[in-house]
Amino acid sequence: MADPLVIAGITLKSRLFVGTAGYPNQQVLLDCLEASGAEIVTVSIRRISLEGYAESLVDLLGGRYRLLPNTAGCATVRDAVLTAELAREALDTQWLKLELIGDRETLYPDVEQLVRAADELVRKEFTVLPYCNEDPVTCQKLADVGCAAVMPLGSLIGSGMGIANPAAIELICSRSPVPVVLDAGIGTASDAALAMELGCDAVLANTAIAKSHDPLRMAAAMRAGVEGGRLARLAGRIPKRRFAEPSSPQLGLVGT
Amino acid sequence: MTRMRINGVEEEIAAMTVAELLVARGVDPATRFLAIAVNGAVVRRAEWPSRELSPGDTVEIVRPLQGG
Repeated sequence: MADPLVIAGITLKSRLFVGTAGYPNQQVLLDCLEASGAEIVTVSIRRISLEGYAESLVDLLGGRYRLLPNTAGCATVRDAVLTAELAREALDTQWLKLELIGDRETLYPDVEQLVRAADELVRKEFTVLPYCNEDPVTCQKLADVGCAAVMPLGSLIGSGMGIANPAAIELICSRSPVPVVLDAGIGTASDAALAMELGCDAVLANTAIAKSHDPLRMAAAMRAGVEGGRLARLAGRIPKRRFAEPSSPQLGLVGT
Repeated sequence: MTRMRINGVEEEIAAMTVAELLVARGVDPATRFLAIAVNGAVVRRAEWPSRELSPGDTVEIVRPLQGG
């Protein structure tokens, strides 16, 4: 059953984006990406170690994935824009996961600077996917300046706390003019399934896979969670009721 | 010798151009996926041999790494 996701004119079969950080080793990373079915994988842009450098991550990913560079850790518009421009030069892609962090402890986005950076980068012809607060107004502003998608947080980055405010995520999904990718906070496969059931178009997971006891299994679980959640969303859940509704026929009951 | 700030560290380097800077640091300029900015502006790969460096320049040399 074809159910493609289209972001900025690019058609994606997988609705799971996967981060590449924190795996036990590079082989596990590669195996997890394979098991996840992801087409989009995130990378960071960092200063090279001047002592030398090993095999490039990008060489390992071998053109099999669409790389989505991030501006993780950037705290000013200037640093985020320069990192974005370096990413575009290094990877020859317009796509960018824009992060603009306002607080080192919580890694919460700095919304005011985020919208300004997004606006500037869209004008510089980037395809901007911003990591943002789970706030419909912020998401609308980001869409208004031309972001290709919005990526509201489920809960804090790396926290594994799942979706702290499902009502807000559902509201964002119901109103967003651009695809919604649930980013941050995913702890296990049911969190990813819930995100999809709430109406998200895709999910980005990293730590939940990389730091699980068995990353390869979790990558497969996350894939199944996203697929199951998406199917359930399309199928439509039944209304919740306060009382029981017998599922077996009431006529012909023995003893009546 | 030229005094510059390279990836956040002040250094004296014998390099006139971006390409020479890479060689001086033991980085092969043909390495794929590198990107360089001088004073906050990206220098395209094709310009590395010709882009001259001046005392006090701030240089960023980056590449993609694991990230979320």
